Amino acid sequence: MNTLVIAEHDNAELKPATLNALAAAEKLGGSIELLVVGGGCGAVAETAAAIPSVSKVHCADKPSYEHQLAENVSLLIAELAASFDNVVAPATTFGKNVMPRVAALLDVAQISDIISVESADTFTRPIYAGNVIATVQSSDAKKVITVRTTAFDAVADTGGSAEVVAVDADHDAGLSSFVSEEVAESDRPELTAASVVISGGRGMQNGENFALLEGIADKLGAAIGASRAAVDAGFVPNDYQVGQTGKIVAPDLYIAVGISGAIQHLAGMKDSKVIVAINKDEDAPIFQVADYGLVADLFQALPELEASL
Amino acid sequence: MKALVAVKRVVDYNVKVRAKADGSDVELNNVKMAINPFCEIAVEEAVRLKEAGTVEEIVVVSIGEKACQEQIRTALALGADRGIHVEVDGKPEPLEVAKLLKGVVDKEQPNLVILGKQSIDGDNNQTGQMLAALTNMAQGTFASEIKIDGDKMNVTREIDGGMQTISLSLPAIVTTDLRLNEPRYASLPNIMKAKKKPLDVVTPADFGVEIQTHVTQLSVAPPPERAAGIKVEDVAQLVDKLKNEAKVIS
Ligand SMILES: Cc1cc2nc3c(=O)[nH]c(=O)nc-3n(C[C@H](O)[C@H](O)[C@H](O)COP(=O)(O)OP(=O)(O)OC[C@H]3O[C@@H](n4cnc5c(N)ncnc54)[C@H](O)[C@@H]3O)c2cc1C
Repeated sequence: MNTLVIAEHDNAELKPATLNALAAAEKLGGSIELLVVGGGCGAVAETAAAIPSVSKVHCADKPSYEHQLAENVSLLIAELAASFDNVVAPATTFGKNVMPRVAALLDVAQISDIISVESADTFTRPIYAGNVIATVQSSDAKKVITVRTTAFDAVADTGGSAEVVAVDADHDAGLSSFVSEEVAESDRPELTAASVVISGGRGMQNGENFALLEGIADKLGAAIGASRAAVDAGFVPNDYQVGQTGKIVAPDLYIAVGISGAIQHLAGMKDSKVIVAINKDEDAPIFQVADYGLVADLFQALPELEASL
Repeated sequence: MKALVAVKRVVDYNVKVRAKADGSDVELNNVKMAINPFCEIAVEEAVRLKEAGTVEEIVVVSIGEKACQEQIRTALALGADRGIHVEVDGKPEPLEVAKLLKGVVDKEQPNLVILGKQSIDGDNNQTGQMLAALTNMAQGTFASEIKIDGDKMNVTREIDGGMQTISLSLPAIVTTDLRLNEPRYASLPNIMKAKKKPLDVVTPADFGVEIQTHVTQLSVAPPPERAAGIKVEDVAQLVDKLKNEAKVIS
């Protein structure tokens, strides 16, 4: 048994989601190799070579892969997949975009967003916004899998010394090209990797009021998240959205402020270790999952909270 | 230009779905069904492109049991011109759905195919990407804006770090994210008119597709319950609990 894991990176840095995907790959058993595909990504491959669980790093460094366009990258992964039993990637927007395309090229199913490996062919995954956990068994000889990163503890990333091999295959499907990217720069930890997350909902009323969360986030080293309603209303950018159809987070501490607790929101945060809810409606469903609920007006509670930290 | 829109019949998003007591599957008896919200956004986008004069004809397709004709009618009421129902029993997997959709694409030759990014039942997020692979088309997934210009289309995508814009050659596949548009409601006159719009029923055999099973659902179970929490009196008590009981802040 051998597994190819697709690294998550931005040509400059290896992203922690890779380490969670590797943890799932370890559970599959057998040897693990890593693919770093990008443009100017050599340094990422060198970093990845230090991960002890990886026996070999394939580095596909070509201009045609620079922006990790699904049309090009999927052709490469499908070609490399010929010599692997499993192909695994984190269920990030990159993994979600590319991996189903790979699976279809290989004429196999994709098993999305697994939260456990029960055996080499059996997995669990949340369905219906996490209201139900399904145990599924794959009969495909080759398995294409995406991993819910919050369900697997990251593997160690230092101490190893894998061989780095350059991949020559250069696929340009000629179907798509990169135009531009707007990536927010922030000193805060990444939402999906932060140990504390504080999220605001419609109750925040507007974008300016998110400053009330920022002060607390600064003190706690927290990332800031939001409900769909807050994103739809334009209070904060789309990449803040936590939930079934946004980001999945499971920090040590999740603070939901002015969020009612719709199932779609809970789907993205209910595996957090400790949940705090601040809401003025004592019947808000968020209190059903909160370890500590504070029934209060957020405009009073937040300044008080910031002052007492 | 012709747009093809795929729609799926799913449990209404307000329903809290539960596992059956014997764990064999989810309980779907007597629950409200609806068009998948992301598919509704797909229909709306096609209708807006038609209103803007970019698209001339909107064909809507659904794959599933006979009952999914209700969702095709909903899409017709929202502004699609005609429907195709690929009648299939059970729950075909995304790869099989993509193969059937490829059959429809080969026959209809649309310039643009719009699908939802995920359906809120299986939460797979696969079908659009798979269809793009099978048809060798470009894909603009998780779209929050699309702009068509001649035989090219710019798609702005919601990605983990923010937004990305890519340019795709048409024909191409788009999957919708939540911010693409806000779907309208169907008016009563349009619901009446939709009943008279053409709806063809076809079978997988018409496309030479034999439905296969790659993944078997062995069982379903409720997620682990969270232990009941407490209400705190005030901010001071909250901070005390977080420091001394939960020990998540210092
Ligand atoms: C297909 C689909 C996908 C979705 N995906 C997601 C998703 O990924 N993530 C997500 O979050 N949602 C998602 N949703 C939306 C979800 O159903 C809810 O509509 C949304 O989560 C509600 O956001 P909210 O809690 O901020 O707003 P509301 O439900 O309006 O709640 C606002 C809360 O703020 C409280 N409040 C107001 N003022 C104050 C105050 N001064 N002090 C204290 N409390 C106050 C109110 O009591 C209320 O509980 C999805 C919906 C659909 C249909």
